[in-house]
Amino acid sequence: MTVSTFTRRAVVGLIAAAGIAAPAAAEVDFSGKTIEWVIPFSETGGSAKWANFFAPLLAEELPGNPTVVVKFMPGAGSTKGANWFQEQDHDDGTLLFGTSGSTQFPYLLGDPRVRYEYKDWNPVMASGTGGVAYLNAEDGAKFDGSANGLKDVDFIYGSQGATRLDLVPLLAWQMLGMNVEPVFGIKGRGDGRLMFERGEATIDYQTSSGYLKGSAEMVVAGDAVAMMSWGALDADGNIVRDPTFPDIPTFKEVCEATDGCETNGEAWDAWRAFFVAGFPVQKLAFLPAGTPQEVIDTYTTAFQAVVARADFADISSKRVGKYQVFTGTDAQSALGTATSVPDEAKAFVTNWLQEAYGVSLN
Amino acid sequence: MEAFATALPALGEAWGLILQPVVLGYLVLGVVMGLAVGVFPGLGGIAGLSLLLPFMFGMDPVLGLALMIGMVAVVPTSDTFASVLMGIPGSSASQATVLDGFPMAKNGQAARALSAAFSSSLFGGLVGACFLTLFILVARPIVLAFGLPEMLMITILGLSMVAVLAGRFPLKGLAAAGLGLMIGTIGEADAGGSLRMASYDIPYLTDGLKLVIVGLGIFAIPEIVSLLRQDRSIAKGASLGAGWLDGVKDWFANIWLSVRCSVIGVVVGIIPGLGGSVVDWIAYGHSVQTTKDKSNFGKGEVRGVIGPESSNNAKEGGGLVPTLLFGIPGSGSMAIFIGAVALLGSGDIEVGPGMLKDNLDITYSIVWLLALANVVGTVLCIAASGGIAKLTTIRFTYLAPFLFMLISFAAFQSGQNFEDLLALFAIGLIGIFLRRFDWSRPAFLIGFVLSNPVEKFTNQAFQIASFRFRKGFDVGMEYVFSPIVIVLIIITVVSVVLGIRQAKSIMAEGEVQSGAKRAPMVFLLVLAGYLIVALVNANMIPDYNMTDKIIPLVVGSFALLCCTILLVQMIRRPEGDPIFADKEVAGEDADAPYGLWSTLAWFAALIAATWVVGFILALVGFLISFLRVRAGSSWGKTLLLTACGIGFMCLMAGALNRDFPPGLLQDAVDLPWPLK
Repeated sequence: MTVSTFTRRAVVGLIAAAGIAAPAAAEVDFSGKTIEWVIPFSETGGSAKWANFFAPLLAEELPGNPTVVVKFMPGAGSTKGANWFQEQDHDDGTLLFGTSGSTQFPYLLGDPRVRYEYKDWNPVMASGTGGVAYLNAEDGAKFDGSANGLKDVDFIYGSQGATRLDLVPLLAWQMLGMNVEPVFGIKGRGDGRLMFERGEATIDYQTSSGYLKGSAEMVVAGDAVAMMSWGALDADGNIVRDPTFPDIPTFKEVCEATDGCETNGEAWDAWRAFFVAGFPVQKLAFLPAGTPQEVIDTYTTAFQAVVARADFADISSKRVGKYQVFTGTDAQSALGTATSVPDEAKAFVTNWLQEAYGVSLN
Repeated sequence: MEAFATALPALGEAWGLILQPVVLGYLVLGVVMGLAVGVFPGLGGIAGLSLLLPFMFGMDPVLGLALMIGMVAVVPTSDTFASVLMGIPGSSASQATVLDGFPMAKNGQAARALSAAFSSSLFGGLVGACFLTLFILVARPIVLAFGLPEMLMITILGLSMVAVLAGRFPLKGLAAAGLGLMIGTIGEADAGGSLRMASYDIPYLTDGLKLVIVGLGIFAIPEIVSLLRQDRSIAKGASLGAGWLDGVKDWFANIWLSVRCSVIGVVVGIIPGLGGSVVDWIAYGHSVQTTKDKSNFGKGEVRGVIGPESSNNAKEGGGLVPTLLFGIPGSGSMAIFIGAVALLGSGDIEVGPGMLKDNLDITYSIVWLLALANVVGTVLCIAASGGIAKLTTIRFTYLAPFLFMLISFAAFQSGQNFEDLLALFAIGLIGIFLRRFDWSRPAFLIGFVLSNPVEKFTNQAFQIASFRFRKGFDVGMEYVFSPIVIVLIIITVVSVVLGIRQAKSIMAEGEVQSGAKRAPMVFLLVLAGYLIVALVNANMIPDYNMTDKIIPLVVGSFALLCCTILLVQMIRRPEGDPIFADKEVAGEDADAPYGLWSTLAWFAALIAATWVVGFILALVGFLISFLRVRAGSSWGKTLLLTACGIGFMCLMAGALNRDFPPGLLQDAVDLPWPLK
């Protein structure tokens, strides 16, 4: 009983279940091949969930119905795997690589371990998420759509590290003039939520799926108050309300209502740049450098077919959230948005990290 | 009471779901697959569950749960084989089992040790399930009562077990634990990201050393090398003294110990963030403290097997609480489990806070499927233990090459770097010398395991406490000295006091003769030298990253102080004093027909050859030359055994979709699997 027979049987079962016939033959044929989708994280993280969700669907849509196996190469906060992928050349199109915001941020911030270059790779799919910040009930009572009443409160926040995705909420709170003290060293946002539930942390944020799963219930029960979402990008690149949380104001709205917080200027530009890099385009799937166009096109078609499934919205909202999946040229432009942070924004954040948290990136 | 009114019908429904022939069939299938995967030390549940994932999509929930739980549940049971028979700690759950289980195997009592361990596992699993059935209804507030100060205190309680396991010289035990803690801090700090004894030029070190590697290096390698040097079977005289029935009787005679350790297992297991790393040590410590005649611990005391084994399966049940109630996985395999549950059926089962309200029947099914899987797995294991125990009567020279194969593969799986093998070798060397000079290896391992929790909880609790104290003195005191913390402090103090009194009678390394001054002093100076380098290194971290340097500085200074006092004692005492314990002076190791370095060179050669031609090719050469040259077997036997070894390795790795360490050859040319 090997993995390939396992997966193949599972895939056959899936096809039967979904009642979909095999796609028409294309120029590229993967019959009998095994595609390795390498994730630079451990089996337990969100990226694993994401790849495991797409893998069987992708196998179904690629010509020749290959087996798609997810492999894990964790280490050094995903820089190890990404450095490895940088060394890989196109072979027969059976290597796919997935990255997340945790791979993007070190790249943007010039982490010394980064030996990879996003511009060399070929994106074939990108997907995003959102995030919601919330307060404990006591301090939440002082929140009126602006942070004016929160400026004298000392908050505690369980954080994974200021150079990770947590950069986005920490910078946002700082811009609102709030005094949030991060307790570093927690392992995942789930631990952060537990710290909040125990009353040790008094402010928290979760990505969309985490919020829906654990925190929304606290808000309904009155144990927590939803403060703001990071928002979502519309087609013109404006920050609008997150479609998953239409009733929660965005950080932009809260900032506008708060004295001393501005939605222009270098702080805002820096926040926006890192928000875009970390949330609306959080996870990307790549083919290695030098992949011929017809292979890229084959993957693009396959991912488009996955997204076009009648039940896609339904199954994906439960597993990876109700967010847009970009394919083809959209994935390319998504990569552009995610990795082109203006130098001023980089300089601002690097400087802020050094001043506020003593984090030096050299 | 209201909760119980809804609980009873749900419990009934759960049993209705479980007791269907199909469900039980899937459970047995899962158990058998779990046992097959569990033979590999260091792989266990994560690899197995990943294998099942593609199946789970849309599967009937109860069937999927039965399959997955069957698989997860037996891993802490099946890895007992490796820890008792070979002295290889398969996972953090079976570290303490090695201490007395392996000596029992050496005394020819492998079957007895195994069946005692399995009976205890089974019982622990059942006690855990009963306890959980009631407890899960009221668990939420209790779990939330365990904040950072409480978790820090439990970690310290675990650390205090060093007092019991320190050996004849408490200072040596403390220094060993300190060294373990310091080795545990290697790499990027969790809090501020500073590097300790690492460099971005060696990316391997920035992630720190993995528990699997340290466990194998400290326990397995010294034992394998020692037995190989003596060229005998694991069981002295190649005979099996006691049968499996004796083990069951032993367990029954110590049933109350088993009950207490099971409860310890569940209770510690439910606390998220601690995982299983402390449970077996606390249970072992408890077993020692409650035994009247302590002289046999470390030499093959059956209570030392029953205690930790009762706790480790119960812990799995306890670990379900944070997983199911909060959606926060207690371990790697639980994380995959959560992900897989979302695939089941129509995807309606959402692990997390809603689990008790919406899916109480499923919750109970999970609890009792776990218990049932324990029963099935244990019965299979006990049935097999008599036969498998015969392995201990084989001449060890025939086992050793395959053990080197297994532990190298296990080590490589932890990080999939060639450096994993180098780290295994280096830690193995430390283990060999700790054993030789009678420094407590359990103390070292406890230090290593608890290094990260100690540092994390200390820093975080300190930060939140100082925040509370700023609000008011009473607010801070209330936070730091909660009733739970006070109770834990009392338990810790009692356990340390008892431990120090008892430590002298527990010799984890058995009787060790003493000899000349030079070798033990050189080793001490090497350790002290490392500590000084690590201290200087930690001191170079800038002050604004105090969280990253304070623990290495405090612990390192303390360990260095212990070493300094030891050094003074060594200078002043005459040769032959117990402080100069050295296994190379007299006893099994000294009388062994083969030397240490020539034996270790075999393992080094395997690693070096792997670096050049990759693991499988290196393994072919290693097995053939080892069996021919060292074991002196005929060509026919050599080739047959080699083929079996390689075949087994490829079969398992192929089924689990795992790679082997590549070498320079693989960089130059593309080879087909398994050679790539």
